[in-house]
Amino acid sequence: MTDILAILRDYGLLLLVGQFPNGPLGGLAITIALSIGGIALAFPLGIVLALGRISPIALLNWPATAVVYVARGVPLIMFIFWMYYFLPVATGRPVSGLTTMLVTLVVYQAAYIAEIVRAGIEGLPKGQMEASRSLGMSYLQTMRKVILPQALYNMMPTLLSQFISTIKETSLGYVIGVNELTFAANQINTTLLTKPFQVFAILAAIYFALCFSLTLMARQLERRVNARRAGASGRNGANAPPRPVIITE
Amino acid sequence: MGALDFSTILRGDHLASLGSSLVTMLELTALTWLLAMAVGIVLALIRMSPSVWLQRMVAVYVEYHQNVPMLVQIFLWYFGISTFLPKDVQQWLNRHGSEFFFAFISVGLAMGAYVSEALRSGIRSIAQSQIEAARALGLSYFQSFRLVVLPQALRIALPTLISHTVLLFKNTSLAMTIGVAELTYVTREIENESFRTVEIYLVATVIYLAFSLAIMALGSSIERRARTPGR
Repeated sequence: MTDILAILRDYGLLLLVGQFPNGPLGGLAITIALSIGGIALAFPLGIVLALGRISPIALLNWPATAVVYVARGVPLIMFIFWMYYFLPVATGRPVSGLTTMLVTLVVYQAAYIAEIVRAGIEGLPKGQMEASRSLGMSYLQTMRKVILPQALYNMMPTLLSQFISTIKETSLGYVIGVNELTFAANQINTTLLTKPFQVFAILAAIYFALCFSLTLMARQLERRVNARRAGASGRNGANAPPRPVIITE
Repeated sequence: MGALDFSTILRGDHLASLGSSLVTMLELTALTWLLAMAVGIVLALIRMSPSVWLQRMVAVYVEYHQNVPMLVQIFLWYFGISTFLPKDVQQWLNRHGSEFFFAFISVGLAMGAYVSEALRSGIRSIAQSQIEAARALGLSYFQSFRLVVLPQALRIALPTLISHTVLLFKNTSLAMTIGVAELTYVTREIENESFRTVEIYLVATVIYLAFSLAIMALGSSIERRARTPGR
């Protein structure tokens, strides 16, 4: 225990922000930045892929389906190595590990988000689409104004847990030398050499604190969404008193 | 970029190490799967016990393994927890491939947490009144669980269990970070020796994809066969 406190005292800052302000930003800060950037950029791409997946037009459906299956069937680490090789070739100049990891996460997460969004869209009653089409809205208008807002609302808890997955996946940036949290812990471990358990226990604890608090938020959100959905479909009866927003199990 | 040339990598030493990496990958997947299933079933059973403390301990186990990156869990086992083992055990492990052993332990224990959650939500989705009805018909508690609850719960949990199996298979690739000579590790090795990056990556990607799709296909055929008529 005293070891752990000593490590935190000497290297806590390195775990949080890397060499900053004397060097590049790293550690937990980069882990969080990568996760937020990754999921934010993956989100629009995921919606486009989802629309492709449900499209009856083969030219849109096939490529989207292929992307989703390849991402689901091939380990993330293979994607990282592909991008590591491919990005400099494609752009004609050196690409940093951070950018490589960001691009990989965007493509990989987009495929998973696409499946979540698709499930959300298919979970809505068919009548929604039919009703708004017969009111004269185009397919895309219906998607944008009627279907997607509802689907995304219902999918919020799942999207948040996808964000948690992204945080966990940034740890793989370590294999291409991205200066994030796991990389920082490995640096400390090679400096100290004699305290591997303490160093990696601290690392696990930091990830746990971050991801578990988000997991709790996702569960809270899920109860809220479920309560709203149960209310919206009138399952409680029209005259039932309003239910509490958060229902404890 | 020239035309693809697979002849250098699919020959001689490279082909041999590719083959043995496949065997390692499949062994690791199979053993880890068995461990994950065993752990998952035991945890799901403990979670149904009336003891609140036991339930909480399982909950802590599940949350830890679901909220810490798999890579970090592998490092913690391989670099950290391994140092607490008795010297004799450590030496024995080092002689017999400790990398493989700790990859198996860490991925298996972590996936066990996912399996137990899948089983638990399957069991929870069966109405309590079914057990009451089975009991009223004269079945014992264990009989009603085995004959009434479990067959339905397993069918409900099946899709999740299949996607967890694919996830487990993909996660075995992380064993390369501690030096297990599985497919990803050997792919990098061959790349360094032959400089045929695109070719060897294509081979590895196609192999991973083929096995993952095979698991998905096998899974959905089991699902179809197990489906209760009329549902």
